[in-house]
Amino acid sequence: MTPMIDVTFQLITFFMFVLNFSEAEQDERIQLPSSQLAKPAEGVVEAPITMQLMADGGVLYAGEIIPVENIGGSLQREREIIVAADKDPKRATVIVRADGRANTGDVQRVIQICQELGFQKFALRALYKPD
Amino acid sequence: MPPPLPRRRLEKVAVNMTPMIDVVFQLMIFFMLTFNIIAPEGDFDVRMPLSKSSAEPLDDLQLPPIQVRLVSDAEGMLTGILMNGEPVKDFDELRQRVASFVDIALESGASLEDVELEIDSDYQLDYINVVDAITAVSGRIENGQLIEMVKKISFVPLEQEP
Repeated sequence: MTPMIDVTFQLITFFMFVLNFSEAEQDERIQLPSSQLAKPAEGVVEAPITMQLMADGGVLYAGEIIPVENIGGSLQREREIIVAADKDPKRATVIVRADGRANTGDVQRVIQICQELGFQKFALRALYKPD
Repeated sequence: MPPPLPRRRLEKVAVNMTPMIDVVFQLMIFFMLTFNIIAPEGDFDVRMPLSKSSAEPLDDLQLPPIQVRLVSDAEGMLTGILMNGEPVKDFDELRQRVASFVDIALESGASLEDVELEIDSDYQLDYINVVDAITAVSGRIENGQLIEMVKKISFVPLEQEP
């Protein structure tokens, strides 16, 4: 019996370690485009804000789907939080997780709205697929 | 006088393993079902202040930005690539052209930080093509080694709503 229990515990430990808790940011409604040059973020991103753009042009933010035109309000709130935490919006990074099938124009509009609120750093997210 | 208690014999105690194994298997099945492989994600850093640099007069040392135009049909499919106004067949050719542009710039004493690139895309174009374009211009892999090319990438602002 003992060897079997040993092996089973090993397996449990393995699956516990690979269990990924950071799924909150990832959503299967968005299929990221893949690229062999997307480099994983180095170190901690300062004040990250994630904007998730779906294929149909809706922005997934805080569990809700908002049309692109209306994201200004939520972004304004994010900005106030960043300012209240004594950080500069210019140094905050907006992570754009856009679906590969989304319109480029919608991505640009998201970026434009962020720019109007003083954000300057953007990270376009893609799946890393070396080939 | 009561009879003496029987002397306890030293014998092996058989612990009942079944409940433990049940629980352990439950745990294992739980972790196995929640296990999903997630491909690692990476970023392309784009720095875009609101004031467009192209509105400012270029000083003599600054190179004009490379213009990449991506043309789309109504469905969002890519129908054409133009680099500085010249048609380019595909992203591989775009990569080669940008590579030679960057090499010339580096030979003439400029640094990689000086090379800028602007992406001008149609509104409907599927975003995946933009990522492919950024992949093509931001670096190339030679003999398994990544050679960085354009680091400063920006988008041409939208002209009008669709």
